[in-house]
Amino acid sequence: MKTKAVIDDLAELETTWADPPGWMGVISAVNHKTISCRFMVATFAFFVAGGLLALLIRLQLALPSATFLSAEKYNQIFTMHGTTMMFLFAVPVMQAIAIYLVPLMIGARSVAFPRMNAFAFWIFLFGGVMLYVAFFFDRGPDTGWFAYVPLSSFKYSPGKGVDFWAQMITFTEVSAMMEAIVLITTILKMRAPGMSLARMPLFVWGVLVTSVMVLFALPAVVLASTALITDRLVDTRFYAPEHGGDVLLWQHLFWFFGHPEVYLIFIPPLGFISSIVATFARRPIVGYRAMVIALIATGFLAFGLWVHHMFATDLPPLGKIFFTAASLMIALPTAVQIFCWIATLWSGRLWLRTPLLFILGFFAILLLGGLTGLMLASVPLDLQLHDTYFVVAHLHYVLLGGAVFPLFGAFYYWFPKFTGRMLSETLGRWQFGLFFIAFNVAFFPMHILGLQGMPRRVYTYPADAGWTGLNLLSSIGALGIAVSVLLFIINVMRSWRGGALAGADPWSAGTLEWSVASPPPSANFNVVPVVHALDPLWEPPASPSHVTGLSTRYREILITSIVDADLDHRLWLPASTPWPFIAAIATTILFIGSIFSPWAVVWAMLPVAAACTLWFWPERGMTEQRAATEVAP
Amino acid sequence: MSDYYAAAIIRGNARHVALAIACLLLETAAPLPSHAQTAIGAQNAVHPGGIQAAHILQLWNGTLALCLLVFVAVLGACLIAVWRAPRGTGTTEPDVGAPGAREQRLLRAVRWSAIFAAAGLISLLAGNIFTGRALAELPAENALRIELHGHSWWWEARYHDPLTAQRFATANELHLPVGRAAIITMHSDDVIHSLWVPNLHGKLDLIPGRTTEIRLRADHAGLYRGQCAEFCGLQHTMMALLVVADPPTEYARWAERQTRQAPQPPGGSIVQHGQQIFLHQCAQCHAINTPPAGAATIGPDLTHLASRQTIAAGMLPNKRGYLAGWIVDAPSIKPGVQMPAIKLAPDDLQALLAYLETLL
Repeated sequence: MKTKAVIDDLAELETTWADPPGWMGVISAVNHKTISCRFMVATFAFFVAGGLLALLIRLQLALPSATFLSAEKYNQIFTMHGTTMMFLFAVPVMQAIAIYLVPLMIGARSVAFPRMNAFAFWIFLFGGVMLYVAFFFDRGPDTGWFAYVPLSSFKYSPGKGVDFWAQMITFTEVSAMMEAIVLITTILKMRAPGMSLARMPLFVWGVLVTSVMVLFALPAVVLASTALITDRLVDTRFYAPEHGGDVLLWQHLFWFFGHPEVYLIFIPPLGFISSIVATFARRPIVGYRAMVIALIATGFLAFGLWVHHMFATDLPPLGKIFFTAASLMIALPTAVQIFCWIATLWSGRLWLRTPLLFILGFFAILLLGGLTGLMLASVPLDLQLHDTYFVVAHLHYVLLGGAVFPLFGAFYYWFPKFTGRMLSETLGRWQFGLFFIAFNVAFFPMHILGLQGMPRRVYTYPADAGWTGLNLLSSIGALGIAVSVLLFIINVMRSWRGGALAGADPWSAGTLEWSVASPPPSANFNVVPVVHALDPLWEPPASPSHVTGLSTRYREILITSIVDADLDHRLWLPASTPWPFIAAIATTILFIGSIFSPWAVVWAMLPVAAACTLWFWPERGMTEQRAATEVAP
Repeated sequence: MSDYYAAAIIRGNARHVALAIACLLLETAAPLPSHAQTAIGAQNAVHPGGIQAAHILQLWNGTLALCLLVFVAVLGACLIAVWRAPRGTGTTEPDVGAPGAREQRLLRAVRWSAIFAAAGLISLLAGNIFTGRALAELPAENALRIELHGHSWWWEARYHDPLTAQRFATANELHLPVGRAAIITMHSDDVIHSLWVPNLHGKLDLIPGRTTEIRLRADHAGLYRGQCAEFCGLQHTMMALLVVADPPTEYARWAERQTRQAPQPPGGSIVQHGQQIFLHQCAQCHAINTPPAGAATIGPDLTHLASRQTIAAGMLPNKRGYLAGWIVDAPSIKPGVQMPAIKLAPDDLQALLAYLETLL
């Protein structure tokens, strides 16, 4: 029986942490769950848009010598498809989910820097929307998602399409780096007392590794795309060989980012899998320590592979062998994780629900994609397979198999936490079955097409090349994938309002996010828990069970030490504010303006500076109250 | 066959669609057609026409076998785990007991699997190194030398045979003598292209500002199709080239003909009128090695145009109708191409075509 005082406290806690209602709430929300839900919806919308573009591609390629799309349109469409899926879906969706789950999994009331988190979302959204607006006005980029120079230079792509593309990179990289900073700080400094690094869920480990990788990988593409923009805008000639520039410089910089990016997409799903396998095998993952070491090893090795995208250039053979060795070696940590999951399934008691089905699908598909990856790591084989449909097959096996299958699994698993409702199990099974079959029908034939000599990025092929049957089959499979995604959307729509009520812990899982109501209250935890085990909900309660004394009137959080999560100090997080939104608009004007004139960098800097100054303007009242609550240790 | 599928699908006749799909599956399972049967030349990495592609195919077969083994083993272990593990539900008490002997057994299994995986990876690396060495050791004494320039979107080839001292230029069609290596040095003056003739060897990029070098040797006579493999803009798709691997005597005959000058048309003939049209309309961009035509290099050298099998970088067969269409309106056949639409009176066009047909 809760006393009136407790109920009052809870009500006050809710008011303190809630975002304001109405239209002000739309632009000034900073609660990590609100931001994350918007982020997820936006990335999913981009996923659907990218998928529709893929259908157009498959429609064009279904039959030889088709004229459904012109060469110009086709080039724009495959560029938009790749760009959307890589930059506007795969990387940000993982960060979006992490922004929701990490604080709940580590017993925190918020993410660190909640306003920066909001800014990162807005800037991502504006960048993505800008690219699509350009595309709808027929100014889409058409040089492929890795935009090799000199094709993407002003001389060979004089339109604005590449400028929009390069500026979209700027938007998303700003967003991704800010999210990485938010997540690293949250994970290292805001874990509930007692959650030492050794008690951190594997998903959180995955997010930590990914976020650190973002900080090292993205500066390379920042440099690459900035040099491209200045080459195009003010003729700096970084990539112009006739003036002493180097075209391979772009490839090195881009792939130094681009290969780790694959792991930015792949490592968070490894965390989804560890969560789902543990829950549905009813036991913790076998070899927790090996799993953590494997994640960290993957993070390091991912930076030593980039040259395997460049085997067909004139780099020296001995150097290429080094990258072959590194590319083969990175298979080991992933293999170790797969073996650990199989050992977990082997020794568990399996509850075969939709999330686990998607994970089993992952095993088959990622395994195949990983093995074709070993083939591509080989210099001689790559010289035949590079830039053919074999690579298209491979990358879809690893990205859909390695990321989208676990992502759907994760969505079935955590949807009850996000909404308080269960997704339909029957529809889920249908969706899984259809997705699994259609995926293989769509993408397996592409391996054979590649070996039969079909290059990628061709808008058509001659009838007598012998590629017709497999292309048609692949297009039929693509249609099946679309139906499967449609089933998913129907399932979400139906369950959002009418699904069975989930309760706090519908799967009897072991991690902290399942200890709070579904959907969680604004402050996440009514009382901040103290953690005594890896799977706290599976262990008998221990003492002390929670922390007392945190303010309910202010957004007060606990800061703990990095390794052992010992209590360190209390901190007030800032309240909701529209300034991140306004600053994001000002930044968008700056970025888009600079496509049209270098002077935009000068003049549009003024509103950005003004917005940021007002954002960080200290409030006298807050400062005084904070000083008043300060207690000497 | 494809027209049949297309027709079936357009008609939407369910029986025909089902039949078409069944045919497709059968066709997929059936052996790949041999290159002799395809008119445009083979373009297939698993039908080697030269020693290098054969080396790579050998590595491919070994790698495929090893990977299949791993696939079956790991997926098998996963399926057995799912099949034999007892079933649980949400009410099943989680198994969080202290790690015991069973946990140790499981970890040992993981460790051994990882050791096997590492051994497999090392054997792959060894295979790569040996194949890479075999590829690099292609003997190149007395090799034919070809300078290949990539253009958006066609191939310019300049031959130099150190044995016969022959020099000549051609485009979009390489002839190679069977059994003799060719050292091809490659340049690009615009964007990155990539030479890929899968029946002979893997691909190598043509990189602006750099010179790359690839060695090719055809060991079986045949017609091999190659295609630009690095996305190079609007008509990347339509940047193909043919490699004709000829027996040495036949090659020698071809090469000798390529060094000849284009014939001077007899005075007053329709062909001579055609030559006048050529000089007036085409010679700004296209070279013919006979005066008074110049040595323009914007478009392909046409000295022996009529001896080639295709035009427009492998896009169209080199037949009178296609050639006429290409001259009159190239931009609508291959949008983005540099060649403009040439407005010619019908008589002038016929004369020009007659002249071009003498360029054997």
